[in-house]
Amino acid sequence: MNAPEGAGTPSQRQPLVEVRDLRKWFPVQQGVLDQILAGGGEHVRAVDGVSFHIDRGEVLGLAGESGSGKTTIGRLVLRLLEPTDGKIIFDGLDITHLKGEPLRELRARMQVVFQDPFASMNPRMKVGDQIGHPHRILFGTNRAESRTIVEKMMEQVGLTPASQIYERYPHQLSGGMRQRAVLARALVPHPDLVVADEPIAMADVSVRALLLDLMVRLKNELRLTYLFITHDLATAKYICDRIGILYLGRMAEIGPLPMVYSRPLHPYTQALLSAVPVADPNSRRQGTIPKGEIPNPINPPSGCRFHPRCPIAKANCAVDEPELRVLEPGHAVACHYAEQFL
Amino acid sequence: MDKVLYGIRDLVVEYRTRVGTLSPVDHVSFDIQRGEVLGLVGESGCGKTTLGKALMRMIEAPGVIASGQLLFDGVDLMQLSRRRMRELRGSRISMIFQDPMTSLNPVQRVVDHMTETIRVHQPSTSLKAARARASELVDRLGIRQSSLGDYPHQLSGGMRQRVMIGLALALRADLVIADEATTSLDVLVEAQFLDLLRELQAEFELTIVLITHNIGIVAELADRVAVMYAGQLVEMAEVHDLFRDPKHPYTQGLLRAVPNIRLGRDDLYKMPGSPPNLIAPPRGCRFNPRCPQVMDICRVRDPAFELVTPGRRVHCWLYQDQPEIVSEKVQARL
Repeated sequence: MNAPEGAGTPSQRQPLVEVRDLRKWFPVQQGVLDQILAGGGEHVRAVDGVSFHIDRGEVLGLAGESGSGKTTIGRLVLRLLEPTDGKIIFDGLDITHLKGEPLRELRARMQVVFQDPFASMNPRMKVGDQIGHPHRILFGTNRAESRTIVEKMMEQVGLTPASQIYERYPHQLSGGMRQRAVLARALVPHPDLVVADEPIAMADVSVRALLLDLMVRLKNELRLTYLFITHDLATAKYICDRIGILYLGRMAEIGPLPMVYSRPLHPYTQALLSAVPVADPNSRRQGTIPKGEIPNPINPPSGCRFHPRCPIAKANCAVDEPELRVLEPGHAVACHYAEQFL
Repeated sequence: MDKVLYGIRDLVVEYRTRVGTLSPVDHVSFDIQRGEVLGLVGESGCGKTTLGKALMRMIEAPGVIASGQLLFDGVDLMQLSRRRMRELRGSRISMIFQDPMTSLNPVQRVVDHMTETIRVHQPSTSLKAARARASELVDRLGIRQSSLGDYPHQLSGGMRQRVMIGLALALRADLVIADEATTSLDVLVEAQFLDLLRELQAEFELTIVLITHNIGIVAELADRVAVMYAGQLVEMAEVHDLFRDPKHPYTQGLLRAVPNIRLGRDDLYKMPGSPPNLIAPPRGCRFNPRCPQVMDICRVRDPAFELVTPGRRVHCWLYQDQPEIVSEKVQARL
């Protein structure tokens, strides 16, 4: 991992982000009668006890199906949502309940890129002005001052000629260019951490590779750290150093990506990896796919949440919730019977 | 019986807008064979969905099928009255869309939707018989019997898509067009649905046109593949041939640009540029500004979609004789 500038400070060793036992329960909207009858509110347990860290300069991927809690975790780390329980430590500072001015200062150090570049841009604002917008808000600069910085960043992300594209509006850009603009906007404040939530899922197949390559290059040039949230395991392979697999608000497995992909230890990870369609008609999928679908997060299954669909589940899986256990260096799995896959 | 179920000849779909006329389907010709799964791949905006809708004559204003023939089982659909066309839609050609929620009636229970569909197209069927058929189908589709009484919003995305394919099966449609049918599904549910589709295809000898941007799905399910770019078919071949030896530079680039989970972390091919604006497509071959093997002629004249080896057609000058006169003209211009 690349050490950041100012090596030698104590902060160099500790991870940039540390998340401990994070929980986010959303109350379910109910009618008055339901509340009286059910005797209290139900909750969607979107994130239910997740721990991980992100080292400086690394790309941690969070993957899972819809409802796994990956997007909620991203928003919790960014402090866009208030956690129900747990701790978030950013660069040695406990930011779990940070408020006011300190939180505002923190915002410059963590930025976000969302899936839909069209929805996350203002259609009536010039592209260049919006790329500089966070910079002006966070550092109190005016348009003229930020313009130089913005144009430099635009060139860095390949939006050239910058001075011309600066004057355009979002609808005048192609999908790939919009995604670059959103990336530039996130990077102008020089953040340490970028949370990228499905950043290239909307992009066309033929421009995805370019965007991935750009993200890797910018990470190295600007010494960034990424939290890369995705449902696409194939794409994750080309950018992530480590990957965490989420299932129903819990971490099923986490470890260095090559380790997890070459020898997945959790039956859920194994199923996910085998289900990804491969662009080769000679290796059509054989094995069986676990039946059923991701259960309701209001009432998750008892014990191991995957047990109703798990091919190797035994009686105790319905009772005992497995903790994440480290089975080989850096590789942890939440399964009672994962040893057999080692 | 003729091997070809559906022959599409020189099909042109135009959208006449204030900023100009664009052709998302531009002189497209191909055959759909009985009992095959034909994969139609392309990026967003290439015209694949428009082509799929045109196969059912479902182009809405300001779009119009400007010319061409749609020879479905010996009948030119362009000649049919609107009423005859409506009878044929759903009963002989059926379409599954990406978002089943918009295709299902939100205030109609699954069982009612199925029985109504059956009885509209086959009025002689009794309500009881239609119910029995729905119940049988639901079993075959892996949907719980109790779900028959559910409304669409009570079903998961995967189950809704199963209902959609069930509607096609209920009427014994000859051709099912699935347009990004699994795109909104999670990877495990998608795999389950693809498995089901494969089984049903074999069992009912369905002919399926699989429209998708996902090359993995095509490799998984298709017998033949058509690749579309900027409103035109650029390559069509048997699936193994296409993946082993892609001929068109766009197909070549596309296959190398797709992340593959099984292979090593090789560099992905970074295709330059982005797909063109169809209002003002590039002169000559529409792929020429992004093509690594571009020649002079590609910038002035569009190649034909020609048979280059048995079973394979390619829209590219690399595999066609270049007309002398044009070459001279190009020389003169340079």
